[in-house]
Amino acid sequence: MAVIKVGIADLNVAVKPDTITTLGLGSCVGVTFYDSSKKIAGLAHVMLPSTELSKAAVLNKAKFADSALPELLRRMVELGAIPRRIQAKMAGGAQMFNFKDPSGQKSIGDRNIEACKVALRKLGIPLVAEDVGGNYGRTIELFTETGILEVRAISKEIKHI
Amino acid sequence: MSDIIKDMGAFHLDVLKEISNIGSGNAATALSQLLGKRVGMQVSRVMPMPFHEITEYVGGAENIITSVFLRFEGDITGNMFYIVDQEDAKRLVEDLAGLKVEDEFCEMSLSVLQEIGNILSGSYLTALADFSGLEMKPSVPSLAIDMAGALLSYGLVEIGKSSDYAIMIDAEIQAEGNEVQQAVVRKGKTGHFFLLPDPESFEKIFMALGVHGYGGN
Repeated sequence: MAVIKVGIADLNVAVKPDTITTLGLGSCVGVTFYDSSKKIAGLAHVMLPSTELSKAAVLNKAKFADSALPELLRRMVELGAIPRRIQAKMAGGAQMFNFKDPSGQKSIGDRNIEACKVALRKLGIPLVAEDVGGNYGRTIELFTETGILEVRAISKEIKHI
Repeated sequence: MSDIIKDMGAFHLDVLKEISNIGSGNAATALSQLLGKRVGMQVSRVMPMPFHEITEYVGGAENIITSVFLRFEGDITGNMFYIVDQEDAKRLVEDLAGLKVEDEFCEMSLSVLQEIGNILSGSYLTALADFSGLEMKPSVPSLAIDMAGALLSYGLVEIGKSSDYAIMIDAEIQAEGNEVQQAVVRKGKTGHFFLLPDPESFEKIFMALGVHGYGGN
């Protein structure tokens, strides 16, 4: 069994019996996809809400909610996952510092959460569990055997969602 | 098209290193006055790094760190972190305020840490502004203790819009006698002083210092 690590602004897929994890989510949102019939999972570590914010010459699809989730779906389907069987879970989107954005916008964490939800609706993938917001960091790990998402935070009980 | 951060040339990286030395030198003086001890400084490190390596650099994304964050606006914009690891943070509070910190930081020790962060990052930025003639207005700094990945990624949001790389401008100062360190890569006790200018600011920094267009790219 291998543990597949997904870095910041990155995405990857995993199949049974491996697990897939991303460490230290702050304002970023970790979105997991899971097809329970095929035991295929995917995880995206989303950093920004929209590709409209991109000023880069080359787009890193994994970085933005609106490009990461379709790309994650594509990668899973490539492995044999069936789109209508896929369910999503997500965690993260915290506000790590008590710091007001001078432009008066919502925190980047909240904007990431909203954007991920919009992207899921567009793809028709149901969101079955979430652990989002707050002011603390999270590490998440999805088990491909069960589809359970483990959420770990400092000085907090481990959650299984 | 090139990525201004990833493709920055050696000459300009050296200029940034010098800027960091000036900033951290001033912060070292400030810490020395606070502690009443000699505080030494090391030559800064400046390197373009992919995001995922930045958290490795501070001991891994899950490593718990104490961090004071501020954002500066003005002629140039960007983020700054003052990062101390837990044990060093406890020692700083003890040295400075005579407060014994057990497992958890109390309210009082947290505000001492916040104040240390304010003073040090303030003196760092002041030196930078004086030297470059650029105006930099810092926000009210904010303190948090959490996983390195969760805290640092917050400071990478602006940069993330244009790159997957950040230039790590990292300085270390060390108090005599008790190994208070800011910004070292060393086993165990590490702490860092990170300056993360927004990508658009690099050119303005180089213009202000008259080294724009030098060194090639």
